[in-house]
Amino acid sequence: MTQIGLFIPCYVDQLYPRVGLATWRILRGLGLDVEYPKSQTCCGQPMANSGCGDAARPLAERFLDVFGKYKHVVTPSGSCASMVRNHYDQWLAGKPGFDHLKSNTFELCEYLVDIVGVTRADGDFPGRVGIHMSCHGLRELRMARSSERMDAPFDKVRGLLAQLRGIELVTLSRPDECCGFGGTFAVAEQAVSCMMGRDRIADHERAGAQVIAGFDMSCLMHLEGLIRREGKPLKVAHVAEMLEGARLS
Amino acid sequence: MTSREAIMEALRRAAPPPCEPAEPPRGIRFDDPVAKFSEVLASVGGRCVVGDYRELEVVQTARRVLTCPDQSSQSPHELADVDVAIVQGEFGVAENGAVWVPAANLGLRRVVFVIAQHLVLRVPANAIVHNMHEAYQRVGRDRFGVFISGPSKTADIEQALVIGAQGPRSCTVVLE
Amino acid sequence: MTGHPERALPFVLDQPRAHWHDESLWFVRQKRDRQASALPEWEELRNAAHAIKSHTMSRLADYLALFESNAVANGIQVHWARDANEHNEIVYGILAERGVTRLVKSKSMLTEECHLNPYLEARGVEVTDTDLGERIVQLRKEPPSHIVLPAIHLKRQDIGALFHDQLGTEAGAADPAYLTEAARGHLRDKLLNAGAGLTGVNFAVAETGGVVVCTNEGNADMGASLPPIHIACMGLEKIVPRLADLAVFVRLLARSATGQPVTAYTSHFNGPRAGGEMHVVIVDNGRSKILAEETFRRSLNCIRCGACLNTCPVYRRSGGYSYGYTIPGPIGSVLAPHRDPAAHASLPFASSLCGSCSDVCPVKVDLHHQLLAFRERLVKEGKTSSAKSLAMSVMSTVFQRPWMYGAGGWLMRRVVPLMPRFVLYGPWNPWGLQRELPPMPSESFRDLLEKEETR
Repeated sequence: MTQIGLFIPCYVDQLYPRVGLATWRILRGLGLDVEYPKSQTCCGQPMANSGCGDAARPLAERFLDVFGKYKHVVTPSGSCASMVRNHYDQWLAGKPGFDHLKSNTFELCEYLVDIVGVTRADGDFPGRVGIHMSCHGLRELRMARSSERMDAPFDKVRGLLAQLRGIELVTLSRPDECCGFGGTFAVAEQAVSCMMGRDRIADHERAGAQVIAGFDMSCLMHLEGLIRREGKPLKVAHVAEMLEGARLS
Repeated sequence: MTSREAIMEALRRAAPPPCEPAEPPRGIRFDDPVAKFSEVLASVGGRCVVGDYRELEVVQTARRVLTCPDQSSQSPHELADVDVAIVQGEFGVAENGAVWVPAANLGLRRVVFVIAQHLVLRVPANAIVHNMHEAYQRVGRDRFGVFISGPSKTADIEQALVIGAQGPRSCTVVLE
Repeated sequence: MTGHPERALPFVLDQPRAHWHDESLWFVRQKRDRQASALPEWEELRNAAHAIKSHTMSRLADYLALFESNAVANGIQVHWARDANEHNEIVYGILAERGVTRLVKSKSMLTEECHLNPYLEARGVEVTDTDLGERIVQLRKEPPSHIVLPAIHLKRQDIGALFHDQLGTEAGAADPAYLTEAARGHLRDKLLNAGAGLTGVNFAVAETGGVVVCTNEGNADMGASLPPIHIACMGLEKIVPRLADLAVFVRLLARSATGQPVTAYTSHFNGPRAGGEMHVVIVDNGRSKILAEETFRRSLNCIRCGACLNTCPVYRRSGGYSYGYTIPGPIGSVLAPHRDPAAHASLPFASSLCGSCSDVCPVKVDLHHQLLAFRERLVKEGKTSSAKSLAMSVMSTVFQRPWMYGAGGWLMRRVVPLMPRFVLYGPWNPWGLQRELPPMPSESFRDLLEKEETR
């Protein structure tokens, strides 16, 4: 059994190939047995979030066919990982292999921290960085404690990034407010969506961030779209790209 | 079929499978519940003092003071010009600065605690419980009872806190 | 048909005001955070509240029957209303029978839901909302824009002008203390001269047969204790089994709602005042239908604290009226489409599904999952745009065929960079109204991976 089936979300494959490559290199660099099944396409989240379950179901079934054979499935997206873990039940409950798939699909950071047991990230990333905690990774995968909850704080993403040399993680006034992407929400409710995005960017700017780091390119695509339209000096970066050059152990 | 029967039948048809209730968690406790009570009461616009309520300025300067329970059968409207109502509270709650007042302590016209311009609550100093779980152990089945935490207040205009909305403009708890 | 996006647009376009609204509500969220974080048992309390509510829902008929028999034993008259109209008839009947023409009300979202005020006013009853925020919107002939903070959308100058016009305050005066004092005089007068008082109900206790009302201003207590008649109107989901359960909910309610440790008054009405009478009206109005639905019944656990509104990044930036329903925000977006799916079809989509509502909810209603589930139902029932459903099934067809997906991606990455800006960013591209499209890379990940592996 190959250890890892690498799941590169459709929009990352087509629009942010560097993020996919960085993820591949990180996993390979750890000496892990990784495979990228070429028949993969999309997990069905855009359809499911639009309420089009009938359009999403065949994609969920395909996903199980393609990824059911791996010990673990790893993806550089909290949102897509949550789709598999938290939203496939309605179509796949009871199907052979689904229970295994559901409990063994991970977002990259949580995979590194929880499964591989990475505790050290030896690398460089000079500059002031604000972390954008994308909502599905935060509140559906519990990659960190959300600001609404009052149990013991933890943060798997910050725990990794904070170790990079030269990095200064800034403190936001609203630590985990939504950026307003939200899939088709970004288009259907573009006015509110863009105001949310600009407010998020302003928070990072006030905190002195030069880079907005995140684990979901979809949110970063939305934020970068606003940043570029307004010609701001901010950059966005996926955590995979930031950790790519680091020695993880 | 009456509406009651129709509703009951609909509810029984719709009822989800039985599930067990939970016991409330053990509530927060404080090293010094009296100090906490005093601190929280101050934070909600009230005041906690130790001593003799008759010496309070608000009592001394009042034209009409009503000591409860008042059993006179005046109409509730005649209480509109009461400056200070003196009411016995049964106990206080440290976590939220509230004082429990049952109907018997108010008298025939229970509205007095809220229609008076100022309220003075007398509470035994040894009767401060830690939290609401403990408090409800001590709440009886009176016809009426109220937890009072500080004076009447509103923040309905731009979130600006204003003390003395429709009810008392001040609430002083005297620990005795 | 206009939906949430169209109604939200003018609110968002007034950027200074939209930011002010967002900050006002975020301030309340922060106050909530401070109170919640002060209790080490906060998450346990939420779990307990959820369990108590779920248990109650599983035996709702029994607990209502117990409540009724205890209430009757306490001297309370209990009435049952299947729908809004019956509720209004009952309330009017009580007033008409006793010749009452002046009613004072404290906050009750149920009576807003039933549109009681216009019903009574049409029959010659003067209705005065006595909560300051409610009175402000009543004088403006508007509904509340928030379930706990009815006038949160208004600035002090708006209220100053309103009071100058209606209550004779000084022109230009906008100091909240001054305006509140003016309202105090006006409302106490109404309270003292009313023939009956109507209150909402925060909790009804089966074990005691009494109802609990939580307020800050004291208006509910005056309304329920000055006039000889007290009418308490409650949705049938307001029941809790035992007196001890109140501790859990009272601890959660005000902390979640306004960031106070408790409301100024937590009043337990277990019977009429001396020489008076007390009525409780128990209202279904669609609730038993929601109870029958496994996916949505948890929305009945809601205690109307408003925390999901305060935390919702969409509500804060689009305002209560953009929802077009009595209860706005995430909880309203779950409740409204039960009432009229076609009219409120846009509401479950008025969310980025960020899940902050579910995490802030003191009784752990899984609001963002319910919003998602409602999207699917509305699509199935044909209440949403068929163009969108068509686009989604085309996308699904493409994604089911890797070669089509690969070719489509290749084509997009080549064609988009060649398109002139006015074509690419025309009005048909809502993404591009305020945002750039991502730069199109020449190679996909799978292209890069092939090179990587042959390296």
